Amino acid sequence: MSTPIGSGQTPPTEIPADELAAASAIPESQGRLIWRRFIGNKVAVASIIVIAFIIIFSFSAIGVGAIPGWWKYDFKSLNPQVNQGDPTLSLLPQFLGGNGISLGEHPFGQDRIGKDYFAMTMRGIQNSALVMVVLGLIATVVGVVVGAVAGYYRGMVDAVLMRVTDVFIVIPALVIGSVVGHWFGSLGAPVLAVMLGFFSWMGIARLVRSEFLSLREREFVEAARVAGASDARIIFKHILPNAMGVVIVSATLIMASAILLETALSFLGYGIRSPDVSLGLLISSNQSAFQTRPWLFWWPGAFIVSLALLVNFVGDGLRDAFDPRHRRFKLSKMRETRPEPELEGHS
Amino acid sequence: MVTFILRRVLVSVLILVAASFLMYVMVGYSADPLQDLRSSNSPNKQQLINARVSLLDLDVPPPLRWVLWIGGVAKCAIPFANACDLGSTISNARVVDILPNALAATVQLVTFALVLAILLGVTIGIITALRQYSGLDNTVTFVSFFLYSLPAFLVAVLLKEFVAIGFNDFLRDPVIGGIALLVIGLIVGAIWQSLLGGDGRRRLVVFLVSGLATSGVLLLMSATGWFMRPGLGAIPIILLVAAIALGSATLLAGLRNRRALVTAGINAVIAIAAYFTLQPLFDVSSAGTLFILALATIAVGLVSGFLAGGYDRGQNMRVGLVTALFSGAVVLLDRFMQSWGDLLSATNGRPIATVGSKTPGLSGDVWLSGLDAFVHLTLPTIALLLISFAGYTRYSRAGMLEVLSLDFIRTARAKGLPERTVIMRHAFRNMLIPLTTLVAFDVGALLGGAIITEFVFAIPGMGSLFNAGLFRGDVNPVMGYFLIVAAMAITFNFLADMAYAGLDPRVRIR
Repeated sequence: MSTPIGSGQTPPTEIPADELAAASAIPESQGRLIWRRFIGNKVAVASIIVIAFIIIFSFSAIGVGAIPGWWKYDFKSLNPQVNQGDPTLSLLPQFLGGNGISLGEHPFGQDRIGKDYFAMTMRGIQNSALVMVVLGLIATVVGVVVGAVAGYYRGMVDAVLMRVTDVFIVIPALVIGSVVGHWFGSLGAPVLAVMLGFFSWMGIARLVRSEFLSLREREFVEAARVAGASDARIIFKHILPNAMGVVIVSATLIMASAILLETALSFLGYGIRSPDVSLGLLISSNQSAFQTRPWLFWWPGAFIVSLALLVNFVGDGLRDAFDPRHRRFKLSKMRETRPEPELEGHS
Repeated sequence: MVTFILRRVLVSVLILVAASFLMYVMVGYSADPLQDLRSSNSPNKQQLINARVSLLDLDVPPPLRWVLWIGGVAKCAIPFANACDLGSTISNARVVDILPNALAATVQLVTFALVLAILLGVTIGIITALRQYSGLDNTVTFVSFFLYSLPAFLVAVLLKEFVAIGFNDFLRDPVIGGIALLVIGLIVGAIWQSLLGGDGRRRLVVFLVSGLATSGVLLLMSATGWFMRPGLGAIPIILLVAAIALGSATLLAGLRNRRALVTAGINAVIAIAAYFTLQPLFDVSSAGTLFILALATIAVGLVSGFLAGGYDRGQNMRVGLVTALFSGAVVLLDRFMQSWGDLLSATNGRPIATVGSKTPGLSGDVWLSGLDAFVHLTLPTIALLLISFAGYTRYSRAGMLEVLSLDFIRTARAKGLPERTVIMRHAFRNMLIPLTTLVAFDVGALLGGAIITEFVFAIPGMGSLFNAGLFRGDVNPVMGYFLIVAAMAITFNFLADMAYAGLDPRVRIR
């Protein structure tokens, strides 16, 4: 990845994606190339679509704040027990012996006091998605700024910033998350997400720093400096676009771990508090009822795992797109083109 | 070298002190240690509040209170003075006194989880690297993605509420149904054929043999009531020990190497002889006896390997050691199983525990209490090890592929070394070097993960100390937990760097 992104090369005529690796002599915008590689990864694209669907579905179902959704129950009101709280969701068509495809009164069942579990699960997904995005954004911005400044200026600035990073990184994520959650959890999911974000930037800062340390020695940075660009301009306009791969990939992976962190904290009682709903809180507050009502475990569990898994798939797809050496899921391609003996040695 | 170490230690201590300040202030401001007293109706409420304020210096703001606290911690640095002061809890117990027990419980849990995760993860990582892009490789890749996305508390709750209770229910009437037998056989067959690989015919044979054997053995176990009175018995032990001897000789030296085979055979015979002769000794054994026996096993393995001689004594000694240890483990396992009946009657037939680290009021010999600890620790350990297992498979697979593409592997193959030697002696060892860094990171992650596991399974360890402390607004136990965990994480990182430099001569310590 030696060509800077957005360096103004005109995209050439269409080349089949397979030939791209071999056709590195033909100049093509780095961004387009990465985009094409990402779009070619069916798993990652499908994952993005499913994530978007789940999030839109959850927000449209029960609405946000004062805006109502299309589902008739909300996540707080108590309802009479229908069908002993069993899920009424039916997916098996009648001609296969089922009850037809229908949602029924309470598709995900009800908890012990009669709350509609579908609305609660949707609310939990909303909160997880919110924490995921907010935490990811804040951690990324803070991490990029710290890493960029440390890597660009080196010397004392670098030493001080990196020791500060070390101080934060010594505390395990779950430990500092618990303390932060204990402090701010009662203020609601958005505040919690922001505060957790301020304690999750260390990994990305280290990665961005090492990327900056190597990029700042390159000729195009020298050229920009000679042309009289300011430090801020060199950092944000010249070096950062070239470090974008690392940033985007690790931001995605932070988002995946944000879901796990939020649900774990809520499970321990340090995250989102009742009467608001989190997927982790659903599991901890219903734990004693799983023997008689196992669906109270399976619905939130399934959504936690699928959200985190899908985000991880997207992250993996992005990593492949930015750094094709790490290719994983494209077996058919790998079998055809055996890795050629590399003569230049490994880096 | 010495200056490097000194500088590293100094920097680590400073980082630890700074992190403790951050942590102390945050916990101090987030927590309210008086909340339970404020809402109490006790007539001497004000007096109780005053007592606690003076006990914990609550009238001092947190940043200054940290100075008092770190002063007490600094006394730990005085050797042999035993002057450590980590403050006291809300209920006026000294943190120094409650830490050791909690630490022991957690270290036990984390060590087992770590060792198992490394063993399993590295083994599976290597096998998938050798079978790159096979069905097995893709399955393992997907499973490790799945495990990455699986929160620890979900696994813990799943194991506790469904697996433990399900297994206990199964023990009430331990008969495996026909459909279950068929499914288990199919799955096991599928796993073995993908592990062993080969052409279609070989795969089919492996699939049928392993599937049928598994189903058959399970049917036999189910029919004979094995789950109520488990045990290996003489013939299975002889077969198992023979398989271990053959396996370790094949894997470590190759069957052509007669001396290695002889070493493995000697150790196998000794293990079988020990099984028949040592049972009376086992019945009166204590933990100390077992420790001595373990040392003796190691010695026998090494000495027999050394005496077998040949041009490569080190290799023979490894074969002897591995055979002796695994055979010894089989013999011990059999003895532990013999106590299963006692445990069943002590726990009303529901042995798999979901709470605590031992059955309250259970007193028995080393076998019974060992088995009791085992059934208590199994599920938390599984819940904990799944966190890091996926990481080890990914890293060792990637590391193995990387090493296998290097020039010295090609040289090794070109000079005609057997594939086993290339993999086990050239590639495997070099692959292990980068793993040291991962282990260091993983220790921190496991200690953090123990908070959740201990919470779910109610194990009185470090995690519970932290959790209960934070919940009650009790700063000192939380800080005691933090001090240990952070110090461990830093120490392991340091050791990993040192090990890396020692193992890889290209890395120079500045």
